[in-house]
Amino acid sequence: MAGNDAVAYAVTLARPDVIAAYPITPQTTIVERLAELHADGELDAQYLHMDSEHSAMSAAMGASALGVRVFTATSSQGLLYMAECLHYAAGGRFPIVMANANRALALPWNIYGDQRDALSLLDCGWIQLYAEDAQEAFDLTLISFRLAEHPQVLTPVMLNLDGFSLTHTYEPVDLPDKERVDRFLPPVEVPFRMDLDHPMSLGFSAGPRHNTGFALKRHLAQEKAIEVLAQIEEDFGREFGRLRTGALESWYVEDAQWLLVTLGSISGIAREIVDELRRAGVKAGVVRLRMIRPFPAQALRQALRTATAVGVLEKNISVGFEGTLCSQVRAALQPLGGDSPPVLGFCAGLGGKNISADDIRQIFRRIERAQDEVETAFGVNWIDPGVSLEQDP
Amino acid sequence: MNKILERLELDAGEPFAGHKGCGGCGGTVALRLALKALGPRVFVGIPAGCMSAISFLYPQMALGVNAMISTFAGTASLISGMRAAADRRGFGDAHVLGFAGDGGTADIGLQALSGAIDRKERVIYICYDNEAYMNTGVQKSGLTPFTANTTTSPARTGTGNAVSGHKKDMFDIVVAHRIAYAATASVGFPQDYIRKVQKAARTEGTSYIQVLAPCPTGWGCESDSLGELARLAVDTGIWPLQEYDQGRFSLQRNPATFKPVREYVSAQARFRHLGEDELAQIEAERDARWSNLRRRIES
Repeated sequence: MAGNDAVAYAVTLARPDVIAAYPITPQTTIVERLAELHADGELDAQYLHMDSEHSAMSAAMGASALGVRVFTATSSQGLLYMAECLHYAAGGRFPIVMANANRALALPWNIYGDQRDALSLLDCGWIQLYAEDAQEAFDLTLISFRLAEHPQVLTPVMLNLDGFSLTHTYEPVDLPDKERVDRFLPPVEVPFRMDLDHPMSLGFSAGPRHNTGFALKRHLAQEKAIEVLAQIEEDFGREFGRLRTGALESWYVEDAQWLLVTLGSISGIAREIVDELRRAGVKAGVVRLRMIRPFPAQALRQALRTATAVGVLEKNISVGFEGTLCSQVRAALQPLGGDSPPVLGFCAGLGGKNISADDIRQIFRRIERAQDEVETAFGVNWIDPGVSLEQDP
Repeated sequence: MNKILERLELDAGEPFAGHKGCGGCGGTVALRLALKALGPRVFVGIPAGCMSAISFLYPQMALGVNAMISTFAGTASLISGMRAAADRRGFGDAHVLGFAGDGGTADIGLQALSGAIDRKERVIYICYDNEAYMNTGVQKSGLTPFTANTTTSPARTGTGNAVSGHKKDMFDIVVAHRIAYAATASVGFPQDYIRKVQKAARTEGTSYIQVLAPCPTGWGCESDSLGELARLAVDTGIWPLQEYDQGRFSLQRNPATFKPVREYVSAQARFRHLGEDELAQIEAERDARWSNLRRRIES
């Protein structure tokens, strides 16, 4: 099944109470599949046909205020359209789970995959997870509910899937039976919810005196999500027999000299190229980030400890500076001071442009050259931008 | 007022107290009466605006029922989510109320409201209409009446107000959705307003009530003139009391003659610039509108 189908089946098994749906390519097949399952009686939930992404997230918050399990999904322009509500939901500590099909942002219009949508919203207070393949999209959907609803976390989770390359690519997915999912994911229980016996105000104002305190509590709760994710994935491994590795997944990092940090579905090709390089005696490796909010800085420093040079590959550019993920990696390595390996940023795959195996080989060659250069830590390495700057400034 | 409430046998509890509203605020009266009419089994969404700014200042909450501030644009969608979750939890008998101002309803929140009516959500949406963005300092909204002075539609004597529109007809807009129940009301006629809230509460489907709520701060009127102005708006024919119920229109007041509009506008600084020509125009438009309203109830 496709990545979007995997999400829809996992959501169904998670027994959500309310689904707030609004379509946008390439998220659509998630809400379509859920609508079919709902119509067929396989999904027992309130399915709301919303009038926009802003309304979808508003409805999700209204439902979550009553302490029920809520799911929604979006992409790209839709994610940005609900941006106000993203901060709002995180501030309200509503444990909503949302799938985001990563897609380019207009202008110029483009419906294909890249990661500029979610990466432009790193600061909205949501936990951000990234799946690599359809099986992981399935697994992380179940895990996301546990994580968001965890009493020490209580933070909404955005599960990211690369548009088309993951959302619409068909792969075998192991679907567990309901009993095992129910054991892993019991019904939602949150410490605060609107009740008729104990009415309360939620989503209130807090002036200068109390505002920082609320921000601090959110920050600490999000930081906690790194270890909570690891605990949940231990449970997940016991229940379903699949090993999941917490905030990041490493490939040959034990002795790697040339390390590439990746995000999402491109990681599979990156690992294949590493295998190829290893056969040729090159000590290459990959660190795939599965969670970037909270940012697993400590685990990343540990994973990159043997590196001579590090590359960061993202389908994103923070225009006027560098890749956002690249900035995050550099900031995480900063405490190492002079011992920090040089970090090179690679911008590739914008607007659905294919990142080929050859591109990855080229990226590793570039990382290898970095140790001999002084200025490698600066600037963006654009992979095949497709324009000649002389002709088309 | 209290005698009226006693006669109506409303909930004795005080669901809305200790807020920071201005003296003579029509919006606070409209919210208090609505909550008394609905009773304690209720979930309320109130968007950014006066009513949320005066009611939800941590750690002092003015509402004694379940309530939450919605995003400015998201009142009707937030309460749709509340309804879905309430039904899911077996609270089918509980009411779900959205309580938004005129800007939050007719401008930024119109899309969400339209969506909720289209989905036939079993929610009550009350627009307390004080005819401008009062919380931010009296800026023009889509429900600011013709020629009214606001800080973003400043009027000048003799030239009137070039930017003022003609006040969107929200009642007809929601009726065009074939909504289950719609009504206009005025805080100057509390029995009529409460009866309409109670009717909305019994409605299977979406109900919309637009209640005129004078704002002394924004209108430039005395803070003890609330009841009088809210009645004058109706008696001058500026604010018809009407209902749309199961596809039928009705008028709760249909007088043979109206009081002169001058009596209503002269008590408000926002209309101070009006000349005879504009008053005549307002009355002519009122009369044309009323002939339509009367024709509609007869058909």
